[in-house]
Amino acid sequence: MGVERSRRSFLVVAGLLGLAACGSNTGREGSAAGTLRHWYHAYGEDGVQEAVRRYAAAYPDADVEVQWNPGDYDSKIVTALQNSAVPDVFEAQIKVDWVRNKQVVPLDDLLGDAKDDFVATLLESQTVDGKLYGIPQAIDTQVLFYRPSLLAAAGVTPPTTVDGLLDAAKRLNTGGVRGLFAGNDGGVGVLTAPLLWSAGLDFLSEDGTAPGFDDPRAATVFAKFRELHTGGGLLLGAPTDWADPGAFVDGKAAMQWTGLWNLPKITEAHGDDVGVLPFPALDGDGAESVPVGAYSAMVNARGADTDAAKAYVKWLWVEKTDYQTEFATAFGAHLPARASLAEKAASLRDGPGKDIVGFVADGGRIASPARWSATANTALSDAVSRIAREGADPVGELRAAVDVARAEIARLGR
Amino acid sequence: MTRRTALTFWLFVGPFAAGLLLFTYAPIGWSAYLSFFDARNTVTPTEFVGLGNYVDMLTDRAFLDSLGTFSLFALFVIPTTVVLALVLALMVDRVRVAKAFFRSVFFLPFACSYVVASLVWKMSLFSGVDTGVANTVFGWFGGDPQAWVGTVDPPLYWVVLVTARLWLQLGFYMILFIAALQRIPAHLYEAAWTDGAAPGWQTFRHVTLPGVRGALVAVLVLNLINAYQAFDEFYNILGDSRGYPPFARPPLVYLYYTSLGSGGQDLGRGSAGAVILALVIALVTLLSGKVFRRSS
Repeated sequence: MGVERSRRSFLVVAGLLGLAACGSNTGREGSAAGTLRHWYHAYGEDGVQEAVRRYAAAYPDADVEVQWNPGDYDSKIVTALQNSAVPDVFEAQIKVDWVRNKQVVPLDDLLGDAKDDFVATLLESQTVDGKLYGIPQAIDTQVLFYRPSLLAAAGVTPPTTVDGLLDAAKRLNTGGVRGLFAGNDGGVGVLTAPLLWSAGLDFLSEDGTAPGFDDPRAATVFAKFRELHTGGGLLLGAPTDWADPGAFVDGKAAMQWTGLWNLPKITEAHGDDVGVLPFPALDGDGAESVPVGAYSAMVNARGADTDAAKAYVKWLWVEKTDYQTEFATAFGAHLPARASLAEKAASLRDGPGKDIVGFVADGGRIASPARWSATANTALSDAVSRIAREGADPVGELRAAVDVARAEIARLGR
Repeated sequence: MTRRTALTFWLFVGPFAAGLLLFTYAPIGWSAYLSFFDARNTVTPTEFVGLGNYVDMLTDRAFLDSLGTFSLFALFVIPTTVVLALVLALMVDRVRVAKAFFRSVFFLPFACSYVVASLVWKMSLFSGVDTGVANTVFGWFGGDPQAWVGTVDPPLYWVVLVTARLWLQLGFYMILFIAALQRIPAHLYEAAWTDGAAPGWQTFRHVTLPGVRGALVAVLVLNLINAYQAFDEFYNILGDSRGYPPFARPPLVYLYYTSLGSGGQDLGRGSAGAVILALVIALVTLLSGKVFRRSS
């Protein structure tokens, strides 16, 4: 083992070089010339893979080969884009670095008249320097699920402020059932953005040229987050994480922050005893919010035939509205990325589904802006983790994160 | 050397040498090269930045924190591993019945995948729900259920990480010690007893310990390198593709997110960090070798 383990540093180093090799060995052999390769991440819901393969097979103008990518898909895409012609088409959320490195091509000319039908904030989130790089496929969002019966039993009203949420989490905690589950990291990963929004702040300033949380209110709201952590109502160490409905379905928590995509499983488990809420506001100067993200279809600039790839993307994600509706609503619950399709989705016409449509319309915020870099995000989430989980001083921690974010914004602006 | 033996030599050594050159030395060299460039999302960078990446990494609080944390971790985990492995080896070596059985039982965990063990530790043994194994046992003694992995104050996650590591690694080091113990000639013990040494501590101190000294040095050095190269169980217990908390973050995990993470692959700074880490490991290994030699 010593030998094997002591090679690990070599492997990491080797991995750095290995990227070059990966790029040129991604399975071009075996498919006919002109075949478009389309990558998806592995959707958890049954039937999605079959559906997208069916769509690809139905494309009349070229052969399309779908690759399903389990595991760390986002890293895989970043690696592939560095010097590979494969995939031709893929789903992702745009990063400024990709535009700077000319790894993706603009898709503005694909939308045509349909442009106004797409949810404007989604298009905005895939736009860099005025050019659109991704066609939104479906909207994902996260909300606070709760069990009205448990709230009623504890005499708690559905929280509409951050203080209300803290209080509810504490009072709903009966030992066997915890008050709130927001991930095994205590919500650092998924609640950081909604907490900023609740105080009227954001990752970036409105014009994107400065950090959006260089403000005393950031320290205030993250100090509240610390209170949530010390209050005892938070479920930690569940067998599944926030993105899975397990903890809520199994009755381990009275409230859970998780994705809309879990709505079918949650209603199946708890029937009518399900309520949904947006993340509450800190006070009158903040706002209720839900994070909105959308995997969008993009075209690799190094692909063999980017025009053919664009034509295929236009066919699938602009023209074939029946496929888009099925893709968004038939498997897990997602929202269609286009207003005209949202009306057609039966699952969103009443109950929690309808409420969530309203939350997205009123308080949907972009969860990962293109100009918000990974380095800046690590600095902020480290700071929030230290504040909330270790009790560090909010002001000092946030100042350090602001400095990192500012340097990153300057770098991306170059 | 005749032509024929030269040919034979290269036939046997060639593939290994080529592999070593291509897959080990070339990547190390390339990584060192990358560390002097602004190599974001590319392995063929053009913008030379001199020592910029090194300055960045050496002023990066997160990286320095992880180096510091893992120096402390090494200070704790190395003595623990060495002592426990030696005790296990002595016990298994002395046992008179079913020796092979006990040896296998303690060695078996080493054959277990780090990833599998991590998941068992995280989701079953130390799961935060009341029905987790640790919480059930804790409950028998009247303890409240704990979120083992999720509790930072006190840092209970170390219990999970260290027990997983010990369970996985002890057996291997135990085997090294057993091999060394069996090489100590029996007549040394007989001579010691004849000279009046008491069985037990005195014999252990003056016969057994010097006898396993070679293995001891090997175990220490391997352990040291392993401690700084911690990755598998840490990543699988505390991290995921979205990120890793700022505590108990091994240098390699931090470098992994920096150079190969999903948000942006900064191979220049990642490589600079890898070079720094390699230097730290080399330095600490040399130092510990020196200290050990002097003390004997």
